[in-house]
Amino acid sequence: MDFKLKIWRQKSAAVKGRFETYKVSGITGGTSFLEMLDVLNEELIAKGEEPVAFDHDCREGICGTCSLYINGRPHGPDDRVCTCQLFMRRFKDGDTIIIEPFRARPFPVLRDLVVDRSSFDKIIQAGGFISASTGNAPDANAIPIPKRNADKAFDAAACIGCGACVAACKNASAMLFVSAKVSHFALLPQGKVEARERVQKMVAKMDELGFGNCTNTYACEAECPKGISVENIARMNREFLSAKLVTDK
Amino acid sequence: MTTLDPRIPEGPLAQKWTNFKAKAKLVNPANKRRLDIIIVGTGLGGASAAASLAEMGYNVKAFCYQDSPRRAHSIAAQGGINAAKNYPNDGDSIYRLFYDTIKGGDYRSREANVYRLAEVSNNIIDQCVAQGVPFAREYGGYLDNRSFGGAQVSRTFYARGQTGQQLLLGAYAGLSKMVSKGKVQLFTRRDMLDLVIVDGKARGIIVRNLVTGEIERHSAHAVVLASGGYGNVYYLSTYAMGANANPAWVAHRRGAFMANPSFVQIHPTCMPVHGEFQSKLTLMSESLRNDGRIWVPRKIEDARKLQEGKIKANDILEEDRDYYLERRYPAFGNLVPRDVASRAAKERCDAGFGVNETGLAVFLDFSDAIRRLGRKAIEEKYGNLFEMYQKINDEDPYETPMMIYPAIHYAMGGLWVDYSLMTTVPGLFAIGECNFSDHGANRLGASALMQGLADGYFVLPYTISDYLADQIQVPRFSNELPEFKAAEDGVRARLDRIMAIQGKQTVETFHKRLGRIMWDYCGMSRNEAGLTKALGMVQELQQEFWSDVKVPGGPGEFNAELEKAGRVAEFMELGELIIRDALNRRESCGGHFREESQTEEGEAKRDDDNFTYVAAWEYMPGNAPRMHKEPLQFEVVQLIQRNYK
Ligand SMILES: Cc1cc2nc3c(=O)[nH]c(=O)nc-3n(C[C@H](O)[C@H](O)[C@H](O)COP(=O)(O)OP(=O)(O)OC[C@H]3O[C@@H](n4cnc5c(N)ncnc54)[C@H](O)[C@@H]3O)c2cc1C
Ligand code: FES
Repeated sequence: MDFKLKIWRQKSAAVKGRFETYKVSGITGGTSFLEMLDVLNEELIAKGEEPVAFDHDCREGICGTCSLYINGRPHGPDDRVCTCQLFMRRFKDGDTIIIEPFRARPFPVLRDLVVDRSSFDKIIQAGGFISASTGNAPDANAIPIPKRNADKAFDAAACIGCGACVAACKNASAMLFVSAKVSHFALLPQGKVEARERVQKMVAKMDELGFGNCTNTYACEAECPKGISVENIARMNREFLSAKLVTDK
Repeated sequence: MTTLDPRIPEGPLAQKWTNFKAKAKLVNPANKRRLDIIIVGTGLGGASAAASLAEMGYNVKAFCYQDSPRRAHSIAAQGGINAAKNYPNDGDSIYRLFYDTIKGGDYRSREANVYRLAEVSNNIIDQCVAQGVPFAREYGGYLDNRSFGGAQVSRTFYARGQTGQQLLLGAYAGLSKMVSKGKVQLFTRRDMLDLVIVDGKARGIIVRNLVTGEIERHSAHAVVLASGGYGNVYYLSTYAMGANANPAWVAHRRGAFMANPSFVQIHPTCMPVHGEFQSKLTLMSESLRNDGRIWVPRKIEDARKLQEGKIKANDILEEDRDYYLERRYPAFGNLVPRDVASRAAKERCDAGFGVNETGLAVFLDFSDAIRRLGRKAIEEKYGNLFEMYQKINDEDPYETPMMIYPAIHYAMGGLWVDYSLMTTVPGLFAIGECNFSDHGANRLGASALMQGLADGYFVLPYTISDYLADQIQVPRFSNELPEFKAAEDGVRARLDRIMAIQGKQTVETFHKRLGRIMWDYCGMSRNEAGLTKALGMVQELQQEFWSDVKVPGGPGEFNAELEKAGRVAEFMELGELIIRDALNRRESCGGHFREESQTEEGEAKRDDDNFTYVAAWEYMPGNAPRMHKEPLQFEVVQLIQRNYK
């Protein structure tokens, strides 16, 4: 198959970017989207041009490194996959594909399609942990946890921190990401002790870093490659309110 | 050649670690505050070490090449983590986990280290649960276990098919907590390019900032490498694209010995190679072998028809299927260790029984399990893996059997470390996959996660304190010292040299060619003639690289090609060492199969009289490396040929 690619090129955070058009040909359906970009880059290098910078690492949909806004959707047209698991059989021969970085104020572009998502780390540092220091844990089976809760906690914990939710949201809200972490811990007895403080600190950090508000359009859930549910947002709102009630007393 | 001393503590095997801890020197809290530790890597090894050491009071600087510590390749581990909890009451114990690991490693690992690993395994599970890791549970609310290859008990804890992710997020949370307390400083998107030694001790590193291209110097009282494995030497592998050997290899150049580099693991259940643009191979977790049955056609005509696409798996009658693992190894069946399963697949495919168009694939079939347990139960256990398979192959594994083939997956070899996990460079420690210590010639499934966390949470905190105890008077190191300047100059010179070549071939083409040589001659099966040939080929490839590689852009900016070029340059040198090590070891053991050394039935044959040692290689600038030996002494376990029949 042959494709026309319109790709966002930007030398660094400091300079303005623009779209450039490229062609790739002879791509098989079993080639992944990123492998298609590899092919383009090999050609660019051979021609003495600079390859397109994009983030990627595991290429199996779990590390959350890959991103890309493809034809107007984070991680492209398929539901519930990361860009690295998108295959070219999903496109038609001759298609024009528009490739942009994840765009959001708290995710500045570093180069071409690479953005800085370290704000997510900062939110976790603000409270996304259980303070269990090494060495003083009780036996793992000391506290039985109902399977239902464990499973729900897992569903929330499956977030890969890719940032698609932020890129999908018109307000660049990080509510899905933050609520997934808050829910993961709120659903487990180990996480209850610090629950109040956690939700307050994480939300405060999220606001401070310039993420927008949630106006319940749920584009985040639709675009999440891991199917993280907006139920978590509701749970976090409850957690946040009850924490507020207690501290306001 | 010298004989290396692993400095194993006195006493009976089960007492050694207790004895070590009782005698180890401690550093008091006020002094810990004055000591800095650099940790390169934020995977399970690095993140758990950073969190634990920072909690103890040391100042930690943590480095990774990704944009976030949470993306280290540990995140991709699927199947599970072992521990000797014996919750299922099926006869497990610390001794049995120890024994299985020694036997699984084909008697090429150090008893004392492995025993300690088994001993702390239970604490790991406790620690992870306390951190909120959502392990799988039974309806009663207690933790669930499953089985992995090389074991007859169920001792593997898991979190669906994402165990590595959940464990790493636990360690990352611990690390993040210590960042918020100001005890860990994070340096992401950094590539370690040299180790700095001052007066014979490791005191710092040189890194390149991957966003700006700046070269930075960082100093500390001790340096810990937790930089993962080097399987990407083989190009196609289950590793992340960025996984590299730079930290280990520059340390090697600075005097750290590399141990048993030819011991790499080839995982039996990966998705087969499909096309020329392919950049990586995806693992299908070993846990699938709990319920999946591996087979190829019994009749060669059927195999041919499959290869030509004339029939499908389901067209082959039950009696015409050869469940070759169950046939050859009735005791362990589909759960034989990885090396055995991989070789058996290769044997069938080489004999013409492969099942896809390339003839390099076998079936992994769940139809029995679906009939027995129902589709729902299979979905619960492996849903995400099935989904992944379907996405990549466009085929529904609930309906037709999966196709799998072995692929490079793990490096048992790595930096030589003593019992304290210290390399041959004083003050330089290596933990996790980048050291060689615990898995001998073959790692058992679910044991790498265990080792990474054991090293980081429970071993290194003691052993590094023992080392640092006499350094409390040593003031912070200025990175203006001449040693730092010299190292930085060296790094710059190397980058400039790469940039100056401006030849005709891309880095990728060199990496592919290297991988091909390694896979063909130093992969699942090796022999003297092939290895000798490969050695020459890799040397020639290096010469070609240094005269014809083409890297665009400049060194002082974001430049992914330059990063890659640096990695591939190191991979080629390491590849050469892997081949030399494979040549030296004229026996078959674990993942290292020398055709010259096999039984009449084609099973691997060890040569204990001549090879019961660790081969540790010393870098010799401009010359062939020099080998040193650490003889392996078995006080408790008796060496026998492995038998999974
Ligand atoms: C697909 C897959 C599935 C697996 N499944 C299992 C399983 O189920 N059970 C099991 O026990 N094991 C499994 N393993 C093996 C196991 O995951 C790894 O051995 C283990 O996670 C390695 O951890 P680590 O901390 O040593 O290194 P890694 O997690 O690989 O981390 C390496 C770290 O070093 C950093 N780094 C590397 N190079 C540089 C550099 N040049 N400069 C700066 N930083 C650098 C990286 O950024 C990263 O932070 C699996 C492996 C793979 C590939
Ligand atoms: S590259 Fe890891 S999730 Fe896509």
